[in-house]
Amino acid sequence: MSNTPVSRARTASSTRRPPSLDSILRSALVGLFVILMLVFILGPLLWLGVRAFAGSWTFPNLLPDDWTLRWWQVVFNDGALSIAVQNSLFFAPLTVLVSAVICLPAAYAFARFDFPGRRLFLISLFATNAFPKMGLFVTLAALFYALNLMNSVLGILVVHVLGTVVFMTWIPAAAFAAVPRNLEEAARDAGASKLRVFASVTLPMALPGIIVAAVMSFLASFDEAQGTYLVGAPDFMTMPTQMYSLVLNYPTQVAAVFSILLAIPSVALMLAAHKHILGGQLAEGFQIK
Amino acid sequence: MTLHEPVTEPSASTTSTGTAASGGGLTIRGLHKILGGRTIIDNLDLSVKEGELVSLLGPSGCGKTTTLRMIAGFLQPDEGSIEVEGQEVSHLGAENRPSAMVFQNYALWPHMTVAKNVGFPLKLRKMSKTEIKDRVEAVLELVSLLHHKDSKPARISGGEQQRVALARALVQEPKLLLLDEPLSNLDAKLRVKVREDIRRIQQELGITTVIVTHDQEEAMSMSDRIAVMNAGRIEQYSTPEALYARPETEFVATFIGSMNRLEGSFVDGLITSGPDILGIRPEDVILADAPFAGAVPATVERVVPRGHFQEVYVRRGDTQLRSFVSGELVQAGQQTYAGVRKAMTFRDGRLVAEAGAAL
Ligand SMILES: Nc1ncnc2c1ncn2[C@@H]1O[C@H](COP(=O)(O)OP(=O)(O)OP(=O)(O)O)[C@@H](O)[C@H]1O
Ligand SMILES: [Mg+2]
Repeated sequence: MSNTPVSRARTASSTRRPPSLDSILRSALVGLFVILMLVFILGPLLWLGVRAFAGSWTFPNLLPDDWTLRWWQVVFNDGALSIAVQNSLFFAPLTVLVSAVICLPAAYAFARFDFPGRRLFLISLFATNAFPKMGLFVTLAALFYALNLMNSVLGILVVHVLGTVVFMTWIPAAAFAAVPRNLEEAARDAGASKLRVFASVTLPMALPGIIVAAVMSFLASFDEAQGTYLVGAPDFMTMPTQMYSLVLNYPTQVAAVFSILLAIPSVALMLAAHKHILGGQLAEGFQIK
Repeated sequence: MTLHEPVTEPSASTTSTGTAASGGGLTIRGLHKILGGRTIIDNLDLSVKEGELVSLLGPSGCGKTTTLRMIAGFLQPDEGSIEVEGQEVSHLGAENRPSAMVFQNYALWPHMTVAKNVGFPLKLRKMSKTEIKDRVEAVLELVSLLHHKDSKPARISGGEQQRVALARALVQEPKLLLLDEPLSNLDAKLRVKVREDIRRIQQELGITTVIVTHDQEEAMSMSDRIAVMNAGRIEQYSTPEALYARPETEFVATFIGSMNRLEGSFVDGLITSGPDILGIRPEDVILADAPFAGAVPATVERVVPRGHFQEVYVRRGDTQLRSFVSGELVQAGQQTYAGVRKAMTFRDGRLVAEAGAAL
């Protein structure tokens, strides 16, 4: 290679060697990639942000013709929309809670006990995500009619929890399995009962994984639209399902405002999780950083 | 004539028997364990006197850890009894046994500070906050780690982690302290220092202790008695000195210290052909410039400097012998006279004769 440290040191005092064609090409490619990423990731977000404050925006212009806060007023004054926000903020935490209560013991069992059919169970959990969601929901709806669960809180909860089972089982199972047995044995040796060992050693050490799973479940529930629409509409509208009717019934600016609102909890949660998991004690548990 | 002074180990001076004082200590009888269809521990008996430090020494895979885990209560024996201070414990879970264990990789809880780690056993015993604090500080003082009490285990060195693990065991004031290869993750210098620390603390507190190790030097330097294990059995159980001077089996003789192993018989200071196995310690091979009683001409083949002594390989007829020599330097290729002053004779793996030749 021409640009090893040794050869560079030798040429440094004399004339600087012009960068080779190879490295120009490489930085050009990297630059192109970065620009494409910006366009595809930030572009739509930027458009969305501008759109939410745009009065009218005619085709060839790069910026809106006039700016307004009207669309925000529309959203905040519309009763149906604020109910949707409330519904979403009701279902997402409840889903995480119910899912944790159901899935965490299963995750612990998968991690610590070897029972017949263990692998089959683990793999079949993926099956819920392997099919097209709509097919699953239609079957589910048939069942829900029979059980009288259509248009009920419980029905929506079941749909939401189903969507989180994979996260809430696999990630915590891996986290539980990663807790060294020695650490649990040391606690028993110190005099702790099995329950106490779990509470004082296993659970705190698996916590980073459980938090990640909870965040992902929260977001999954917050963004769930298809099943909620099928089971809950029109009595129970959440933010994503309300989006459907917004797109149909309002100017696009209102949809833009609404999707920004929809993104706020996700972004806030991601930032909080990032800060807590990548900083401080939890990172030590995960051995990242 | 110059006689190259042989290097000798301290001679045996003990007459210990394998019985524990009644009441105190640890008594294991007829311990048996099958794992994965194989007999791992085979009818093992062991008694440790109160306040005694005993090492379980043996090659990898001989069942040392398995034995220790059965004593600690992590593994249920198939047969046999384990008594601590006269109390049968084999039906109890680990949390209810009067023993405390130091794990090979220390097993400190990474989410707790050093003080929390050490205080956890006391917290489980429902002690008051102030009493926990006092005891934790006292025991951290004992292992000289008080300055690290608020550190997380990941932030302190391996040697310090080892001492935290020891403190966490000691704070429980156990009747029996169990250590599984406590020094194997430390570098050579630290190992010597920590083993001296462990021995000092153990003697100060008079705590009955069982240490698992596969390092004979470690076992020799810190134990009152050593149980040499091989394939799930105890081959010999005696003091370090007796183990070296009077190994009961060929396995022990080979495992402890080093030994020249020959086929033949040892008659009147001479090696003759015979059906038995001879074990000759290198320090019992004497080299000299001039002939002496029992000596045979020999050639120095190889010299390995070992610091304060030399390891010398000599050829005597068709046998090669290893000798430890200090004092005058020996050169490869040099002609010399080699005599054997002591040899152990083994038949079917057991010591049958221990003959010394007059020099
Ligand atoms: N759960 C198990 N199932 C099957 N075999 C086992 C099990 N645990 C241990 N063994 C076997 O028992 C034997 C003794 O193991 P043990 O860990 O007691 O050895 P050790 O003397 O402590 O060796 P080392 O010095 O390497 O730690 C080994 O051959 C091991 O493979
Ligand atoms: Mg072991």
